[in-house]
Amino acid sequence: MDEDKIDEIIGYHRTDKSKLITILQDVQAEYNWLPPDALKHIAKRLHVPLIDVFGIATFYKSFSLEPRGRHLVRVCLGTACHVRGGLRILETAKRILDIKAGETTADFGFTVESVNCLGCCALGPVMVVDDEYYGNLPPAKVERILRKYGHTSSNSSTSIKEKKT
Amino acid sequence: MSGRRIKSAPDLEKLRQEVISKRDPKKTRVAICAGTGCLALGAQKVITTFKEELKKQGLEDTVEIRETGCPGFCEKGTIIVIYPEGFYYLQVQPGDVPEIVEETLIEKKLVERLLYTDSVTNEKAIYETEIPFYKTQMRLLIGDNINIDPKKIEDYIALGGYSALAKVLSEMSPEEVIEEVKRANLRGRGGGGFPAGRKWGTTRNAPGEPKYVIVNCDEGDPGAFMDRALMEGNPHSVIEGLIIGAYAIGACEGYIYVREEYPLAVENTSIAIEQARDYGLLGRDIMGSGFDFDVKIFRGAGAFVSGESSALMSSLEGKVGAPKPKYIHTSVKGLWNKPTNLNNVETWANVPLIINKGADWFTSIGTERSTGTKIFSLVGKVNNTGLVEVPMGITLREIIYNIGGGIPGNKKFKAVQTGGPSGGCIPEGFIDTPVDFDELTKLGSMMGSGGMIVMDEETCMVDVARYFTDFLVDESCGKCVPCREGLERMSEILTDICEGEGKEGDIELLEELAVVMMDASMCALGRTAPNPVLTTIQYFRDEYDAHIEEKKCPAHVCKALIEYYIEAEKCTGCLACLKPCPEGAISGEKEEVHTINPEKCSKCGICYDTCKFDAVIIR
Repeated sequence: MDEDKIDEIIGYHRTDKSKLITILQDVQAEYNWLPPDALKHIAKRLHVPLIDVFGIATFYKSFSLEPRGRHLVRVCLGTACHVRGGLRILETAKRILDIKAGETTADFGFTVESVNCLGCCALGPVMVVDDEYYGNLPPAKVERILRKYGHTSSNSSTSIKEKKT
Repeated sequence: MSGRRIKSAPDLEKLRQEVISKRDPKKTRVAICAGTGCLALGAQKVITTFKEELKKQGLEDTVEIRETGCPGFCEKGTIIVIYPEGFYYLQVQPGDVPEIVEETLIEKKLVERLLYTDSVTNEKAIYETEIPFYKTQMRLLIGDNINIDPKKIEDYIALGGYSALAKVLSEMSPEEVIEEVKRANLRGRGGGGFPAGRKWGTTRNAPGEPKYVIVNCDEGDPGAFMDRALMEGNPHSVIEGLIIGAYAIGACEGYIYVREEYPLAVENTSIAIEQARDYGLLGRDIMGSGFDFDVKIFRGAGAFVSGESSALMSSLEGKVGAPKPKYIHTSVKGLWNKPTNLNNVETWANVPLIINKGADWFTSIGTERSTGTKIFSLVGKVNNTGLVEVPMGITLREIIYNIGGGIPGNKKFKAVQTGGPSGGCIPEGFIDTPVDFDELTKLGSMMGSGGMIVMDEETCMVDVARYFTDFLVDESCGKCVPCREGLERMSEILTDICEGEGKEGDIELLEELAVVMMDASMCALGRTAPNPVLTTIQYFRDEYDAHIEEKKCPAHVCKALIEYYIEAEKCTGCLACLKPCPEGAISGEKEEVHTINPEKCSKCGICYDTCKFDAVIIR
């Protein structure tokens, strides 16, 4: 962890406690996850109890306390996607990558997450890889899409468990 | 930076005239939807292909490409409209672009196959007004999206934008503004339906300075995306409404809280704030009136419950976004314990309209107690999915059949779910109900933020109830026991029922839990959480009974209660289903009947999708 980088982010937000969520978002944007040392450092610099920092990091869904893969696969399970088979997309992605939702492949290639609505309801079911949206998606197309991001059948033998509760 | 500050109402009008005079109304303009929906369908590629093609043809200076907000017909994206004629092209692919340039832009001829075609009469529609999806809509709020590049404030100003603010600052007292909004009976579009004018008045009169105003764009209701479309497609309409509200309430600081799942809304809103500031529409001495107000954008971090007003304010303070008990309303003690007025995106967007056209005009639209229009997101098992803006009081049937074009594949309509996880499922028997705040509540559902998810015969209502319950288990903040524990127990019971483990008395137990949750939960999330369960029990009791007594799922959804099977008479032995089966559960030779091994089958349904002969059935 680069303390200077984190100090720079905190400094940008003027060491303002009320900016804690934004600071964590920026730190996560930098590292792709929230390393525990970073949380301790932020708590110290902002004079906020560590438990409050952890409270926020675990309450909001966008924060990850585990390293995530290079590609983030998010499958929408909003109502519109649900009635159009979103769960089948998630199951297919899980099966292909051989991990559960919230887990990361052993080579840190992919993390799969479900999300509760991406607001593309008219195009359900929807899957998003990084920033790329795939709408009206049949399960049969999931594998082809994941291959585009470098998935091969060998890169997911064992999985890293997501410990966030 | 424009470097130019608007100093008065006439100054704004002068700027508007300047913007218009620089534009040639006869110039060809290609408006391309660059909202999240169309982008998901490849709009970016369409845009770049257009730019390349125009360059190739030397038309860069004679044709304007405008990347606009969402016009609502997401089902048919990418949508492009060619002006000045107004030709409406649907489902445009990058490959269609050279032909559009050649035929329509140069030759002024239509590309017929890109026009809307009526599925029954085969008639083509050339203009927006001829398309059945748009015909009965009243698009006061989202109608301008296709004419506006949300990244350019001048587009909004050209259409008369910020004139309501100019009017308010130059002609009206704060009290008069509140009175006008009260007379319009503008009710909160975020779900509660509370009269906005009354809320504004309470905040204005509450002791304590400074006062705050907030735009709630933490649109967490699954199935609703109208706030995203407004914030992304026409952010200035929301900002204008907010500044007017701030003036009326006496606030000098505002926040726009946008959920992080909407990156484009964050981007466009941030740009809009900057541009408004540059023109002196935000900041000190707005339009030379002496009124100071500024606004900041805040990105949510993903928590459904943070859409609740007190929770959202906690989140803004940098804390866990859990609701607080409301002995004192947030209008009196809200953000940093100061009087705070929070309204939803759509509510704010209505304000400039009310000011410009008057409360009498506004109350002439809709029903007596629910005035104006409402945007619904019409999604699920319906032909024309997208955003639909209609006057309140229109019936569900008109929305689903006339605008939505009915149910795909000649399937039977079963229910429509409104109000998100706090709402309920309305069965066919009530399809002629007029849609307004009070009528939907009478049916055990609610308007909510306007999600309208259509369900057909292939939707299992017990599974839907379980879906919403699980959603809320995930999203409950866990602070109060009735909500936290009640939802967990409901989820267990519903899961048992879906897995064929349901037993007599389960339904009664669900009803009993519901009563406690509704009575004793701290915030609206818990109090309304039983609605999806109760309405499905009320209207679809037979489906619950089939699951519990016969261990059958009539809609063929609940995996534990179904089996995939290949009908020998229909199977041609084409091998198509064999290869994609991830479990290797299907066996058979070419031109011989295939069979599924139920021991191996994981019921993923891929064979069902693959078979072209309808030989795979679910039983």
